[in-house]
Amino acid sequence: MSDPLVLYGREFNSRLLVGTALYPSPAIMRESVRASASEIITLSLRRQNPAQQRDNVFWDYVRESGCQLLPNTAGCKSPREAVELAKMSREIFRTEWLKLEVIGDDYNLQPDPFGLVEAARELVTLGFKVLPYCTEDLVLCRRLLDVGCEVLMPWGAPIGTGQGLLNKYNLHMLRERLPGVPLIIDAGIGAPSQAAEALEAGFDAVLLNTAIARARDPVAMAGAFKLAIESGRAAFNAGLMLKRQTASPSTPTLDMPFWQQSEHLPQG
Amino acid sequence: MQVFVNGEAHTLASSMALATLLQQLGYCGETFAVAVNGRFVPRTEYAATAMHQDDRLDIVAPVVGG
Repeated sequence: MSDPLVLYGREFNSRLLVGTALYPSPAIMRESVRASASEIITLSLRRQNPAQQRDNVFWDYVRESGCQLLPNTAGCKSPREAVELAKMSREIFRTEWLKLEVIGDDYNLQPDPFGLVEAARELVTLGFKVLPYCTEDLVLCRRLLDVGCEVLMPWGAPIGTGQGLLNKYNLHMLRERLPGVPLIIDAGIGAPSQAAEALEAGFDAVLLNTAIARARDPVAMAGAFKLAIESGRAAFNAGLMLKRQTASPSTPTLDMPFWQQSEHLPQG
Repeated sequence: MQVFVNGEAHTLASSMALATLLQQLGYCGETFAVAVNGRFVPRTEYAATAMHQDDRLDIVAPVVGG
């Protein structure tokens, strides 16, 4: 069954987006991206001198990957910084796609909802395809849609914590209230089971980095996440059973042998 | 004239365009981008952008990211 992920009118086979940071080496990063089967990878921009520029193996691997590049504005704390960095990204990476980050708190790297909306509004006007890294707040998400974002990326938990889906009530509510909007859980995923849970709950994709890069064997973990994402999506499409409070036998109770004599059977 | 490139002070012998400064610093190719005083300067405007005293340049290139 064809079940593509559609973001800004473009179809993808994989529902796993991966970051390129924190790997033990560029070669392991390259192999991990391959093993993940991801078609969208995140990267960033930082100050560099010409000497560093000449020996950028990472950039060579990224270009070879053929993946859709999703440059981020990590580290930006104001809409102005994020917008200017986005323009620099567009020139270098030749893509309008942007993972918009405007950080409002250094301690838990929580997105600044007000700065995020302001930056998104301007960037959409400038022609960017904005994928905002946001909190799971329904009203914020609506504001981001209002200014022209077609995809939202609510956090599962703070970046790099590996805690999974922390605020399940809000996340499930968000999924329920924004049907048809591509929602990607970005950040906080630590284990394949957590990624599967996100997909089972109806989220369209997962973006993660640390859980793969910091695994003992990143390439193997990338493969594990690939399977989990596929499994979670398949389960969502199949339709999960409803949870219930009391037990309900799965084996038929009708024609149970010994039924009438059960109270006379010897104990033990 | 003094300008700051990625936070480091550089003394320029004379006034010059951004394009000339980048060439002198050794930047070539198309895998870098520039902001002057916090504002992005498109590649097409390097030649027409004059450097001024205490200008702050940020010159960035691709790095890993999550």
